[in-house]
Amino acid sequence: MISPIERHIARTAAPVQGAGLLSVRIRKRIFEEPGFVLDVDVALAPGFSIVFGPSGAGKTTLLNAIAGLAKPDLGVIAVGGTIFFDSERGIQMPVEQRRVGYVLQDLALFPHMTAAKNVQYALGGLPRKERERQTVAILESFRISHLGARKPAEISGGERQRVALARALVTAPRVLLLDEPLAGLDAATKSKIVADLRVWNREHHIPVVYVTHNRDEVFALGERVIVLENGGIAAQGTPHEVMTAPRQEMVAQLAGFENIFEATVEAADEGRGTMTCRLAGSPVELETPLVRAEVGSHLRIGIRAGDILLATAQPYRLSARNIIPGRVVSLEQRDVIVSAKVDCGVEMEVQLTLAARDALALQPGGEVWLVLKTHSCHLMVG
Amino acid sequence: MDWASFWLTIHLAALVTILLIIAGLPLAYWIAYSRWRWKFIVESMVAMPIVLPPTVLGFYVLLALGSRSPLGRWWQAMTGHTLAFTFTGLVIGSMLYSLPFAVQPFAAAFSQVDPRLLAASATLGASRFTTFFRVVLPLSTSGVLTGVALSFAHTMGEFGVVLMVGGNIPHVTRTVSIDIYDQVQALNYAAANQTALVLLAFSFVSLCLVYGVNRKRWAWPWR
Repeated sequence: MISPIERHIARTAAPVQGAGLLSVRIRKRIFEEPGFVLDVDVALAPGFSIVFGPSGAGKTTLLNAIAGLAKPDLGVIAVGGTIFFDSERGIQMPVEQRRVGYVLQDLALFPHMTAAKNVQYALGGLPRKERERQTVAILESFRISHLGARKPAEISGGERQRVALARALVTAPRVLLLDEPLAGLDAATKSKIVADLRVWNREHHIPVVYVTHNRDEVFALGERVIVLENGGIAAQGTPHEVMTAPRQEMVAQLAGFENIFEATVEAADEGRGTMTCRLAGSPVELETPLVRAEVGSHLRIGIRAGDILLATAQPYRLSARNIIPGRVVSLEQRDVIVSAKVDCGVEMEVQLTLAARDALALQPGGEVWLVLKTHSCHLMVG
Repeated sequence: MDWASFWLTIHLAALVTILLIIAGLPLAYWIAYSRWRWKFIVESMVAMPIVLPPTVLGFYVLLALGSRSPLGRWWQAMTGHTLAFTFTGLVIGSMLYSLPFAVQPFAAAFSQVDPRLLAASATLGASRFTTFFRVVLPLSTSGVLTGVALSFAHTMGEFGVVLMVGGNIPHVTRTVSIDIYDQVQALNYAAANQTALVLLAFSFVSLCLVYGVNRKRWAWPWR
């Protein structure tokens, strides 16, 4: 979570002084999508911040507002002491003066220029010698010196990505915005590029806003995650905080809960820190961790398919508190994982290994027991 | 063959083409990128010469250049003679007549440039002016060449507007197409054929240039 002092700074209308903190407090309606409002209030310290959310959540609109390509209806955007936008004071700094490094979704490299010319594009005002020195330096730090004379169409996706980063960073921008920059690259290429970017940022120390809808990237990169949902911030914190203890259902789906059920609180045991919840439309009762919810109130439970154990005989003397009888509906092999659908009053997805399937001789129609620990049941509100 | 009228026509077409590049590029830029709601009116006005009979266009240009119109009176006061039936008048009439053949290919090429490149250029600190000359124009070369070749060829072959505005004054306003008309009127078919053939070959070469340039795009996609 962001620290109280940062939150305080973000809420203050006065321009933020300090080490390049990017503060964004804006509202924006989108003309083409009636009803959609981007409404964010966030302060991003130098270093990596991941903005995570499904498509249509407003991620690109947020970046465009920071870059100056989209105008918010009201609010303030500032980096360090520089105000990009302030609706109350009528400030709107033109895009070309903001010094924002922005790697757009499709990179937008100039197709008629070589990699070196692309990188030099922003250095037009400098003397030639200085221009070339800076170009050589940045090409080197992104390991693309050998590509300088080639055009974007003549190099690979990962190399193009490096050229786009070098082009955005050669001007020493105040912030770096990356819109799903590594989409379509394999994990190895991705992590090498990110490592080089981190090295660069150790020296320059600017806020890097990294937009993605890929869950794996959040865990791989993030110091800080902001989950954007329907134009608003649904959650923020470390990847672990946001992704493992989801409160909002959207986060839950993104965090990989294959099973999400409506449930009613039947009983609460304050002393033991547990509750009993009944899954809607079934007699199945689950013991779950205690949350602040009235008996009789409705909530949702998320369960990962990989957190459920399967037994072909009724287990006993187990620590797990939830043992539910059911019947296998279907078995489907996905790569090296088997996904089993089990009907136990509700349909639950269970994932197991090929070896486990064979050892249990699982067949559709077979009788099984589902075993679930109390803390594998994640409760969500909203 | 009357080489005087041939060179006059080349002179006219070259001058009109240069003037259309100067006036047409900003106009096409505006048409491609303006979000003004009444833009379509301007687009329609630019396209008018395509559908209008040249005599109609020529007639109104003649009226506008004549000593009864404010423009004609102003010109006469400035220079002492009227614009009608002069080479300058012919240039003005030809520019209007060929305007869509320059502006439309220019504008079409500009609006095909990926807007994300313009956004990227702006975030890299480039002004609109810089973006136009370093990104938009280099990526629109085939469209610009098309516009140039078409307006040149179209001016070479005009007849109606020339006849209305310029008349038929040797060395001043008698262009190749008027010359051909004269020769046919005089039943001088051999001479008419000679001149017509030159114009035909010329138009063919111009169009080959247009289509050849545009062909490059998909024939050699890596360029």
